[in-house]
Amino acid sequence: MTKLIDFQTDPSKYRHWRVEYDGPVANLIMDVDENAGLFDGYQLKLNSYDLGVDIELADVVQRMRFEHPEVKVVVMKSGKEKVFCAGANIRMLGGAAHSHKVNFCKFTNETRNTFEAAEADSGQKYVAAVKGACAGGGYELALACNHIMLTDDSASSVALPEVPLLAVLPGTGGLTRVTDKRKVRRDRADIFCTIEEGVRGKRAQDWRLVDEVISNAKFDAAVEERAKEFAAASTKADVEKGIELTPLQREIGADGSVTYSLVEVAVDRDARTATITLHGPEEDAPADMAAFTEQGAQAYMLRLARELDDAFLHLRLNEMELGLLVLRTQGDPEKFLAHEALLLNNADHWLANEVLHYWKRILKRVDVTSRSMVALVEHGSCFAGILAELLFSVDRSYMMEDEFEGDNRPLATVTLSEANFGRMPMGNDLTRLETRFLGEPESVEKAKAAIGEALEAEDADELGLVTEILDDIDWEDEIRIFMEERASFSPDAMTGMEANLRFAGPETMETRIFGRLTAWQNWIFNRPNAVGAEGALQRYGTGVRGKYNMERV
Amino acid sequence: MLDLINVSYDTQIPNNVGLSSDKKVLKALEKWHPGYINWWNDLIPQKFQESMVYLRTAVSVDPKGWAKFDYVKMPEYRWGVLLAPQVDGRTIPCGEHKGQPAWQEVPGEYRNLMKRLIVIQGDTEPGSVEQQRFLGLTAPSLYDMRNLFQVNVEEGRHLWAMVYLLQKYFGRDGREEADDMLRRSSGSEEAPRMLGAFNEETPDWLSFFMFTYFTDRDGKMQLESLAQSGFDPLSRTCRFMLTEEAHHMFVGETGVGRTIERTCQVMNENGITDPYDTNKIRDLGVIDLPTIQKKLNLHYTLSLDLFGQEVSTNAANAFNAGIKGRYQENRIDDDHMLTNDTYVVWDMVDGQAVQREVPALTAINMRLRDDYTRDAAGGVGRWNKIIAKAGIEFELKLPHESFNRKIGVFAGHNFDPDGKVVSGAEYDAGLPKWLPTHADGDFIQSLMKPVTEPGKYAGWINPPKVGIDNKPGDFEYVKLHMA
Ligand SMILES: [Fe+2]
Ligand SMILES: [Fe+2]
Repeated sequence: MTKLIDFQTDPSKYRHWRVEYDGPVANLIMDVDENAGLFDGYQLKLNSYDLGVDIELADVVQRMRFEHPEVKVVVMKSGKEKVFCAGANIRMLGGAAHSHKVNFCKFTNETRNTFEAAEADSGQKYVAAVKGACAGGGYELALACNHIMLTDDSASSVALPEVPLLAVLPGTGGLTRVTDKRKVRRDRADIFCTIEEGVRGKRAQDWRLVDEVISNAKFDAAVEERAKEFAAASTKADVEKGIELTPLQREIGADGSVTYSLVEVAVDRDARTATITLHGPEEDAPADMAAFTEQGAQAYMLRLARELDDAFLHLRLNEMELGLLVLRTQGDPEKFLAHEALLLNNADHWLANEVLHYWKRILKRVDVTSRSMVALVEHGSCFAGILAELLFSVDRSYMMEDEFEGDNRPLATVTLSEANFGRMPMGNDLTRLETRFLGEPESVEKAKAAIGEALEAEDADELGLVTEILDDIDWEDEIRIFMEERASFSPDAMTGMEANLRFAGPETMETRIFGRLTAWQNWIFNRPNAVGAEGALQRYGTGVRGKYNMERV
Repeated sequence: MLDLINVSYDTQIPNNVGLSSDKKVLKALEKWHPGYINWWNDLIPQKFQESMVYLRTAVSVDPKGWAKFDYVKMPEYRWGVLLAPQVDGRTIPCGEHKGQPAWQEVPGEYRNLMKRLIVIQGDTEPGSVEQQRFLGLTAPSLYDMRNLFQVNVEEGRHLWAMVYLLQKYFGRDGREEADDMLRRSSGSEEAPRMLGAFNEETPDWLSFFMFTYFTDRDGKMQLESLAQSGFDPLSRTCRFMLTEEAHHMFVGETGVGRTIERTCQVMNENGITDPYDTNKIRDLGVIDLPTIQKKLNLHYTLSLDLFGQEVSTNAANAFNAGIKGRYQENRIDDDHMLTNDTYVVWDMVDGQAVQREVPALTAINMRLRDDYTRDAAGGVGRWNKIIAKAGIEFELKLPHESFNRKIGVFAGHNFDPDGKVVSGAEYDAGLPKWLPTHADGDFIQSLMKPVTEPGKYAGWINPPKVGIDNKPGDFEYVKLHMA
């Protein structure tokens, strides 16, 4: 690994974004430092972005919710003249390994989804105020905002020039949001997606590519006014003060292991496996949300979430060859459920709401992680409630049955809670249990009837909550053989197979975005027409057009 | 009867795998063992279950221990779990892992491929016992009856050996596969044995001898290739099974030989010189040599089918993975990876059999089959010596490998035993000369009268030169239980 990509940052370190807070309105200004790219070999000209820019944006969005709950409207604008955002940096894409591009796209998509959902989840509405060129990933940033305002200066436009210019597709849901969210007519969308210069002015509004087009002279005032209106109309409760997201406690060992306060990641490179262990709470749950808020980022449920989130991002971008993730827990399930119950019972408290939504996002992140994943429900484990949700996110789960010789930990159990029945939907808008039991909805009801019961192996198996239960005699061998077998399969075939099997049931805009990204964009990113020596990405900026193999596939 | 509730596994199951301290296998065996005993009890006619049979039991793998002779009732036979001693520093002999230390545990990535090979091998073992279940009723002597039962109990032990591997190394799947070995049964419509040849009847004793000569020899070749496995427990298991398999082929070769010898002797005693004077020969109560040739044709070609397709990716995968080697892999002088080697296989082009070179890796089955044919030719030569010594002009021979094939490139084409393509009409006309007819079967069946007096033999077969365990000619190999 050449350079460790760190997903932890804070405003004091930002190079590309700044936020101006003004009561319920925050202005989020993109002002990319062209000399501060994450890697060498390119400059982030014209507000183009790379992963480093997006890591900052993700941090902004996260802190907006936890540290600035008073904000109801976030206005995204450019700090540069004449350009809103030129999208993902082409030189960066041209030089990056395929695996980096794919994981980069996945992360940027997750961030777009997060601020897009902030309005529904937290009452924070993102508005795009577009002045100057807004192309490709730039327009996709705007598309993920829930209101787009475009200046009518006869130059500013919105565009998705990927196809004509680069022979690839917009990578962060652009095509899908144009048709599914903005509901642009498909033939107009077809035109829009094949013209480099994009669409401006009134036509952009007529085609529903933007919500408003405003004369340039009045633009700034109109934006300010609109933001105030949205803030006034917001139903978000007023919160005086947020909590601070303090730095994570994290140590990275020489062998690649990562140790947080509650999460450990052990690495076995020969076996291409990372084992992620989540620890249950030591301390009792806070008495009430006031006590929880007092603990802030140190509160168990939030701390665990942040650490797990970081661990997954770290493994995704920095440990591409660890193809199998093993999820374990250790701790007292009852205690965990007490911590969880405080949040569930106070879900209308702003912070409880944020923490629960954060867990929802993390579980979705687990769902779309393209690694083989297995959960081991061992003795002494605490797969309860939200943590039990992990069992339904991974590809397989194995559970210890009966006592094991020389093992005096409490017998392995799985405990369901209210959290498993609606609070943590997947991208397809179903719960993981509904998705799991697509063909047997009565099994969801049976599972629901078992809420609160510490289910031992046989019962968990009976309810279909685990893949297999194994006793003392079989455990070690079966797990070893499963892992060896899994590690031997083609990683590409695994990625495709798992992504297919994980998302049964209905499509949503979210599943379409990830599914199409995986299937189409990643395919195109591998084709010579895009990335070959004469392909469009390599030739971009040379004045010579890409040379294509004209065979339709 | 064996006490099924209180099985003392250390005394009743001779083993060198530390069975009594292996909780996992013990638990699995406890479940499997009663089913096995039931299978055995339901299989062999009751009066033989109660009879005392002079059997060889393997109690350990050293030269002294692997052949203990004594009278035993078959259901009380001590089926052991015995592996050839571990060879220090053994390495994987072939394929992409060549030279790495042999696996002592199943590598996860090859688990399914390996399991399948073991299941197929294991399935043949009880299959042949099922095919031969009624032969005891028509045994030509107590000596032959004893040999039949010896082969049967050893095939039972081979099943044990494969079941042990499944239960020890393949977890829950392995246990299920072990159970299915007892669920399938030869010739069953519901759940037949996996390979065709093990669903054919063994209707008479000449078939039995031919079967043990030709089909057990396929078993030998498969065991030889599995003995080369990089999975050491499989290799060790198969190496020890081979010591027993040799006896099965001995029973076959000498059985056919004694039949031929008797036929020639009776022909000479009656002044018959023309081996094709079938009616006259048959009237004397012996089996004419052309009929023996037909039986040979049938069993040899059925056995060739057991080697599968000439060109096979499965076989290539197994070799390349180091799970299965070639016959006497360690004596072959090449890179043992077959990266650029070729091998000549048969193919059909425009209705004609042609030979062509293919990558050797894909021709592993073909090569093993060629080795088999060479191995099988030896006994045929010795049978011909018996005929020549008797001064009769007749020569047995292995038919061409294209004849009567149901699997591989020759399947569906009409070849005569010389390997010549013939028309459908010629084929129909030739068949009664090439393969046993129902009438031949009737005749052989008419000779199948049991002889149970010690030292006496049915008229169609000669006594052996030496007894088992050097016992005298009138030794009572089976003390028949009289109900
Ligand atoms: Fe055998
Ligand atoms: Fe045999």
